[in-house]
Amino acid sequence: MAALAANAELLRKILVGFVRDEVHKVGVRKAVLGLSGGIDSALVAFIAAEALGHENVHAICMPYKTSNPESEAHARLVAQACGVDFSLVPITPMVDAYFGMFPDADNMRRGNKMARERMTILFDHSAQYSALVLGTSNKTELLLGYGTLFGDMASALNPVGDLYKTQIWQLSETMGVPREVIEKKPSADLWAGQTDEEELGFSYRKVDELLYRMVDLRLTREELIGAGFGPEFIDTIYKKVQNSHFKRRLPVIAKVSNRTIDRDFRYSRDWGK
Amino acid sequence: MDFTAVLAQIKPKLGCVADNLALIEERIGQAQAAGADLVVFPELAMTGYFLKDLVPEVALRLDSPEIRRLIELSRGISIAVGFVESTGDYRFFNSALYLEDGAIKHLHRKVYLPTYGLFDEQRYLARGERFRAFDCKFGRMGILICEDMWHLSSSYILAMDGAATLLCISSSPGRGVEGETLGSAAAWQKLTATTALFLNCRVLYCNRVGYEDGVNFWGGSEYIAPSGESVVRARLLEEDSVNALVEEGALRRERIFSPMLRDENLFVTMQELRRIEGERRQ
Repeated sequence: MAALAANAELLRKILVGFVRDEVHKVGVRKAVLGLSGGIDSALVAFIAAEALGHENVHAICMPYKTSNPESEAHARLVAQACGVDFSLVPITPMVDAYFGMFPDADNMRRGNKMARERMTILFDHSAQYSALVLGTSNKTELLLGYGTLFGDMASALNPVGDLYKTQIWQLSETMGVPREVIEKKPSADLWAGQTDEEELGFSYRKVDELLYRMVDLRLTREELIGAGFGPEFIDTIYKKVQNSHFKRRLPVIAKVSNRTIDRDFRYSRDWGK
Repeated sequence: MDFTAVLAQIKPKLGCVADNLALIEERIGQAQAAGADLVVFPELAMTGYFLKDLVPEVALRLDSPEIRRLIELSRGISIAVGFVESTGDYRFFNSALYLEDGAIKHLHRKVYLPTYGLFDEQRYLARGERFRAFDCKFGRMGILICEDMWHLSSSYILAMDGAATLLCISSSPGRGVEGETLGSAAAWQKLTATTALFLNCRVLYCNRVGYEDGVNFWGGSEYIAPSGESVVRARLLEEDSVNALVEEGALRRERIFSPMLRDENLFVTMQELRRIEGERRQ
C-alpha cells in the first residue's frame, strides 16, 4: 500500500499553483464548480479557494429529486468550511421535462442526462461570472471510464485528474475537508443507497493499487499476478481502461488535409499565455 | 577569479517572444543593479517550452533584433540565455548563448533532445552535434541544456576540455509526488551534485517555473560547489532569483583535496571507447 502514498503538502503546492496560474493566465480571476457533497468536488473547492481566494470561487449544488438530502447538506458544509460562494440549482424540472417525452429511459440514460444537465449549468455560470469551470474527476474514474462524457468529465481545468482516489483521501485530510465528507462511502448519488464500490464491484483502494502498478509503473500482467492480483481482476480492469479510452480523447476527425487538428496541427492549449 | 552569478528563475510566456524579452531585460537590469557579473536564464527562456508547431514562429536568427539587443546588453553584464535558433538552411535548434562585452562568446545547440514520456523535442527540433568548452572573463566554461546533462559523456567532455564551470539551463517538468521531495527535483539534485563531485567542477543550474498545459516546472535553481555541496538554492515552484558567489578558492582547494580530474586518464578512456566503437560497427 505504501507505493501510493503521496506527499500531500507537495501535492497541495503544485495543485494550488496550477489553479492560480492556469486561471489567471487566461485573464480571469474566478472559477466555478459543481459541489455534489462528495469528496472529489470538496477537495477541488478547497484547492480553488486557496488558489484564487474564497470570494472568487462559485460552488453550485445541483440536486435531482432522488438525490440523497445528505448530499446537499454536505455540499453546504464544504462551502462553509472553505468559504466559497454557494448556490443551489435543482435540476429536477429540466430533467423531468425531458424524460416526460421518454418515460421508458433506463437508469443509465437518466444518470447521463443529469450529468450533462449539470455541465450546461456550470458552463452557463462560467459565462455569467467570467469564471473557468473546474473539473473534479479523479484518475481512478477517468481510467475506468466511470463518468459521463461531456457531463461530469467536461471542464476547463482539472486539478485532481492525476490523483487516484486513495490520494484524494490523503490530500483531503491535509487540506481540512470536513470529516463527514472524507469518511462517507463514495456515491454517484443517482438513486437512493447507490455506492460506487458496489456498482463497480471492487474497492477504490484495491483498484488504485492495481492501476498504479499497471499504468504508472507499467508492470506486465505476469508481474501483476506475481504481486498478488487475480488474473480475472487484472483482465477486467485492463478491458475497462481500454474500452473507455474514447472518453479520454477528443472526437476523431477524418483526415483529408495536410494539417489536421490535433494530428499534425499541434499547439499547446496555453499557446500565447 | 571570484564572480557573482544571478540565477534568474523566471516564468516565460508560451510563444510570446516580445513579452519574454521584456522580462529578461528587466531581470538583466536587476542583476546589473545588484552588481552581479553574470546572469543566467533557463532553457528556452525567450519562448517557453511546449512549443510544438510554434517552433518556426518563435525561432530567432543570430542577427535578429532580439538577439542583437541581448548582445548589446551584455556590455554591462555577462548573459547566458536559452532560445530557439533558426539557421539559414531552416533548421531550428534548442540553443543557448553566452554573451559577454557586446559579443557572442559561445553558442551551444542542445545535443540530446528528449523524445519520450512527456517530451517530444526531436519531432520539432534539429540536434546539436558538439560539446565545446570556451573561455570567458570568469575562466573556462561549458554549457549544457537540460537533457544534455543526463548523459555522463556531455559533462565529461566539457571537463576534459577544461571547463571549470558547467552552466546547465533547463525547463524541467516536476513529477513524482511519492517521496519527501518532488521526484524530478531529487533526481536533478543528485545529478548536479554528483557531476560536480566527479569532475571537480562547479555547476550553475538554472531551471524555470510556471505551468504549461498543466505541467509544472519546478525551479530549484542552484549553485553547486566543486565539492558537490549545494551553496545556494532557489525556491521550489516559485519565481525567484538567487545570487551565487562563485569563489575561485573553493575550486582550488577541491582540486587539491580530490584531484580526480588531474588523474583522469584520457588515453585509457579514448582507447577503450575506440575499441567499443569498433566492436559496435561489426
